[in-house]
Amino acid sequence: MKNDTVLSMRGISKTFPGVRALHNVDFTLCKGEIHALMGENGAGKSTLVKVLTGVYQKDSGQINIDGIDREIRIKSPQEAQDSGISTVYQEITLCPNLTVAENMFIGRGNYRFINWRSREKRAGEILTKLKIPTSATRQLGTCSLAVQQMVAVARAVDMECKVLILDEPTSSLDEHEVELLFSLMRDLKSRGVGIVFITHFLEQVYEICDRITVLRNGELIGAYDIKDLPRFDLISKMMGKELDEISELQHHKKKEVGEDAPIVYEAFGLSSVEGIKPFDFEIKKGEVNGFTGLLGSGRSESVRAIFGADRITRGKIRINEKEAKISSPKDSMKHGIGYLPEDRKGDGIIEDLSVRENIILALQVLKGFFHPFPKAEAEAFADKYIKLLGIKTASMDTPIKSLSGGNQQKAILARWLLTNPQYLILDEPTRGIDIGTKVEIQKLVLKLAEDGVSVTFISSEIGEMLTTCSKLIVMRDRKIVGELKGEEMTQTKIMHTIAGEATQDA
Amino acid sequence: MLKSLNVKKLSHSQLAIPLFALFLVIVFNAFRDISFFSIHVITNNYGNTVFSGNLISIINGASELAVLAIAMTLVTAATKGQDISVGAAAAIAGSVFVRVLRANDITMPIILLALVTACIVAIIFGLFNGALVAFFDIQPMIASLILFTAGRPIAYWINGGATPNVDSPLLSYIGSFIPGIPIPSPILIVIVFGILVTLALKFTNLGLYIQSVGINEKAARLNGINPVLMKLLAFMILGVCVSIAGAINVCRIGLINHETILIDIEMDAILAVAIGGNALSGGKFKLAGSVVGAYIIQALTITLYAMKVSSTAVKAYKAIVIIAIVVIGSPVVQQHAIQLRNRLFKKPIKLTENN
Repeated sequence: MKNDTVLSMRGISKTFPGVRALHNVDFTLCKGEIHALMGENGAGKSTLVKVLTGVYQKDSGQINIDGIDREIRIKSPQEAQDSGISTVYQEITLCPNLTVAENMFIGRGNYRFINWRSREKRAGEILTKLKIPTSATRQLGTCSLAVQQMVAVARAVDMECKVLILDEPTSSLDEHEVELLFSLMRDLKSRGVGIVFITHFLEQVYEICDRITVLRNGELIGAYDIKDLPRFDLISKMMGKELDEISELQHHKKKEVGEDAPIVYEAFGLSSVEGIKPFDFEIKKGEVNGFTGLLGSGRSESVRAIFGADRITRGKIRINEKEAKISSPKDSMKHGIGYLPEDRKGDGIIEDLSVRENIILALQVLKGFFHPFPKAEAEAFADKYIKLLGIKTASMDTPIKSLSGGNQQKAILARWLLTNPQYLILDEPTRGIDIGTKVEIQKLVLKLAEDGVSVTFISSEIGEMLTTCSKLIVMRDRKIVGELKGEEMTQTKIMHTIAGEATQDA
Repeated sequence: MLKSLNVKKLSHSQLAIPLFALFLVIVFNAFRDISFFSIHVITNNYGNTVFSGNLISIINGASELAVLAIAMTLVTAATKGQDISVGAAAAIAGSVFVRVLRANDITMPIILLALVTACIVAIIFGLFNGALVAFFDIQPMIASLILFTAGRPIAYWINGGATPNVDSPLLSYIGSFIPGIPIPSPILIVIVFGILVTLALKFTNLGLYIQSVGINEKAARLNGINPVLMKLLAFMILGVCVSIAGAINVCRIGLINHETILIDIEMDAILAVAIGGNALSGGKFKLAGSVVGAYIIQALTITLYAMKVSSTAVKAYKAIVIIAIVVIGSPVVQQHAIQLRNRLFKKPIKLTENN
C-alpha cells in the first residue's frame, strides 16, 4: 500500500479569522484509486482541496507527492498543476465560445507559437482515447453539460496529472451523462491516476469509489475501504449522530389526504413561454405531490408556470375554487403561493443583501412598497427563522453570499415560510446541500403538510420524492406522461414510466 | 469565510475612504494656507449680512452636483449603468424653467409653476431613457447617449435660440441668499432635499427594492418586485433631481445658457458615485458616500482655483487625484491593505467579533 501512494497530506491545519476550517487532517491517495472525500457542508472538504490546489496556504502540515522527494509547497493553482495536481470544479470553468481544442490548450505552454492545426489533432487523439463523444473543432458551448465537464477532465488529464480532483462534477448532469463521466473515470483509474471525488450523491460514491475519507467540523473522522462502511454508517459518521433521525424519517407515515379535502390550486391546460405541453394540475389542502422526470423533462418549467414565474400563455387557474388570474409572481404570492426556485444562485438569493433582508424580502413585498417593516420587527422575524431552521451565519447582517449552500437554501426557505403560504412549491430544495440538511428539509415538508400546507416537491433523488410525496407526476419531453399514487409509487415503476415505450422494446 | 470577511470590512470602510480623502484635501489646504478656511461675515450687493469664504463656496458650489449624485446613485444601483445625459437634461429643464418664468410676472407661485413644469418635462425625458433601459435592455450609457447628444439642441429650441436672463429678487433668494439668513440658499435646498430622500428611504422600500433589482433582477422578480417599474422609478427620480439642479443653477446665475449650463456635470456625478465607494456595476449603494464624493470633487476644484491653477488645467489635476482615490478604494488594493495590516499586527484581529 505504502509504495503506490501518490499523494499524502499530514497534519494539515488551516484557520480563518474566527473559524478553524481544518485541524490536523491527514489524507492519503493511492495510484489508480477513486477516493471519495465526504462530509457535510462546512466540514472542510473544499478547504482541503483548496489547500491542495494552492488557492489557500496551509497554516501547518506537510504535503508529499509521488516522485518528488522533498515536501512540496503549493502557493498557486499554477504550481499545483506543475506538481501534477489537476482540478475540475463543480461549475464549468472553461470558455463556452471557444472550440473544444482551444479550451484544452488555452493558458498552457508557450504563447508565441501555437500550431492550432497540430493542437486540434492532438486534442482529437485525446478525445478518442478517452472516448469523449465530441470533435475537437466544435464550439464548447454547443456541447452538452456532461461533455463540457468531460472536456474539463480531459484538459486536466492531458496536463499529465497524477492527482485529479473532481469537485461535485455530477451535480448538473443527468443519469446517462453521469454514466459517461464514470466510464471516463474508470478509464483514468486503470491508467493509474489517483482521483479525489467529492459529491453529495451517496449512490455515486458506492457505485464508483474504492475508499472514503470522512471529515467533520474540520477534523478527520477516518478513512475506510468502501466495503467496510455501509451507507448508514457513513451517514452517521458524517453527521456525528446516531441514525434515529434518518430511520425515523424512513418510517414516517405519509399522511394521505382524503378525497374530499378541498382543492387549493387547480390549473387546466396551463402552458408558458417556456414551451411545455399544456397540462392539467391540482393539489389538495395538506397534500404533498411531486414532479419527476429526467433533467430537462419540463418539471421545473411546469412548476414555474404554476407560480407564474414564466409568462403564462394559456390555461385557466382556480385557487381555492375561485377563478384567479396570475400574470406575475406577485399575483401568486398574493394568493398565498410560495416558490423556491431550482437555481438558488441565479433565481433565489440576492447575493449582496444580508441574511435578514433576504429572509424578509417576500413578506416585505407582500406588505407593500410604502410599508417597510420597522428594523426591530424585521430582526425579530429573521432571528426567529435563523433559530427555527438552524441557519448557520455569523450574524443576520452577514451578506447571504458568504453562507454555505445549505444555509442559503434554508434562508430562502425561511423567506417563504415567513409569508405563511397555503401552497409551497419547492424545486430541488435539497440539491447540493449536505445530508443532514436534506433530512431536515424533508421533515419540514411533512410537518408543513400536517399543518395543512400543500407542497409540490421536486428532487432529482427519487428516494426523497418517495419519502415525502403522496402523488407523483411523471414528465418526459415537456409533457406529463403519468401519475403515480400509493402502491404504484416505487423506484422501478417510476423508472418505467419515465422510460415509457422505450422499456417495452427492451 | 475569508471572502465574507473582506466584504464585511469593505462595507465597513465604504464611507471611510471618501471621508479620508476629504480629510486629506482639508489637511493639504491647512498646510498650504490656513487662511483658506477663514469665513468672513460680509454685506453683499443686496445689503444682506452673509457668510463668505472658500468653505462656503465649496459647499454652496457642490449643491447641484450633490443633488445629481444622489439620483445617479439610484440609477446606477438599479440599472448597473449610468445616465450620461444629466447635463443636457438639466439644460432642457433649466430652459423650460426660464421659458415659464419669462411668460409671466415672476411671483412665488409662478416660480413654483415653472419648477413643476420643468420637473414634468425632465421626468418625461427621464422616462424616455428609462424605457430604453427597462423595456429594451439597452445599456444606460448608450440609451442616454441619445439625449446627451440631442439635449442641448432641444434646450436651444425651447427659448428660440436665445440665452435669456431672468431677473428677480425672488430668484436670487433661491440662487444666493434669503434676507436674514447668512447661509446660501442652495445649501439649504440640499439639506432639505437630503432629509426628504432619507425619509423616503426610511419610510418606503425604495432602497431594498432598488438594491434587489440591481443585485439579482431575476430573483427580485420572483419575489414579486417589478424590475421594470423600479428602473423607471430610478430614472423618474433622476428627472426630478435634474430639474432641481437646473433650477438652482438658473437662479444662481440669473440666465440660461443652454450651451454651458452644468456642462460636463454628468462625469462629475458619476465620479461622485464612484468616489463614494459605490460600485458602478450596481447593487448595494450608500447615498451618503456619493454626497461626500460630490463635496470632494468641489473641494478639489476650489483648492486648485485657490492655487491659481488655470481653469483649463484644473481638469487634469482633478483627474490625477480622482484616479488615486478610485484606485485606493478598489477591492484589489483593499485586499492588499487588509493583508498588509494582518501581517503587521500578526494576529487574527477579528477573531472574537466574528463568533
